[in-house]
Amino acid sequence: MSARVLAQEMTNTEEWVASGVFYVIALVALVAAVRMVTTNNVVHAALDLLVVLASVAAVYILLGAEFAAATQLLVYVGAVMVLMLFGVMLTRAQIGAEEDLNHEQRWIGGLVAVVLFAVMAYSLVEAFEDDVLPADRAVQRTQEVSDAIFSTYIVPFEALSLLLLAALIGAVVVARRD
Amino acid sequence: MFLNQFLLFAALLFCIGVYGVLTRKNGVLILMSIELILNAVNINLVAFGAFNGTIAGQVFALFVIAVAAAEVGVGLAIVLLIYRNRRSIDVSEADLLQG
Repeated sequence: MSARVLAQEMTNTEEWVASGVFYVIALVALVAAVRMVTTNNVVHAALDLLVVLASVAAVYILLGAEFAAATQLLVYVGAVMVLMLFGVMLTRAQIGAEEDLNHEQRWIGGLVAVVLFAVMAYSLVEAFEDDVLPADRAVQRTQEVSDAIFSTYIVPFEALSLLLLAALIGAVVVARRD
Repeated sequence: MFLNQFLLFAALLFCIGVYGVLTRKNGVLILMSIELILNAVNINLVAFGAFNGTIAGQVFALFVIAVAAAEVGVGLAIVLLIYRNRRSIDVSEADLLQG
């Protein structure tokens, strides 16, 4: 067996392992997501959301997007989750199961979600059938990301910093006691 | 790895998020479901970036993360204001504009 064929075999094995890891992560994320939208406990919902966000970071790593994964952990798991828990605690002191978190006609929401997924799944399978990710795809380095942000995408980046400033001021103005 | 396994996973997360937005009455839970939807979109962006071998997917995923952070900040401020005025964040009770 030549070295090249051996390398090919190695990549195939790696792809299979990566695929297996992906399905485990996806299962964990989907179970946590379903629990999040069905639980009767707001704090549990926040913790289930935490599991989903961390799983999404793991999916980014599988796709070779390391900076997006790190940002996901810092911004979502770090900051957004703390904000969410603050929101839970500031609006409702009650810790534990609650009644009356859902609308009465839940089946309509379920129907919309199922129909939406059917349409999306059909069009995705039609459009991308069995396209595979390139086996020789490289990890997208943080250096490339910063080069792109600060050259090609400098205008959206500046607009985004203005948006963050506006959101900061807006949040302070809206939530201020006066 | 297939491209579609990522896209279908993201579609499932998206639909679960839509279900959450449609069925929940608690304002904070609705914001959490919106986060789920935004994350599903980000998975699509990163997956297409890896599929095409471009950096753009990851860059736009980062932009979406920043916009989502701004959205959560303002959204929670609004929810807090509703709570302060009505002592409840049940969005079905906020029906002042309903004729």
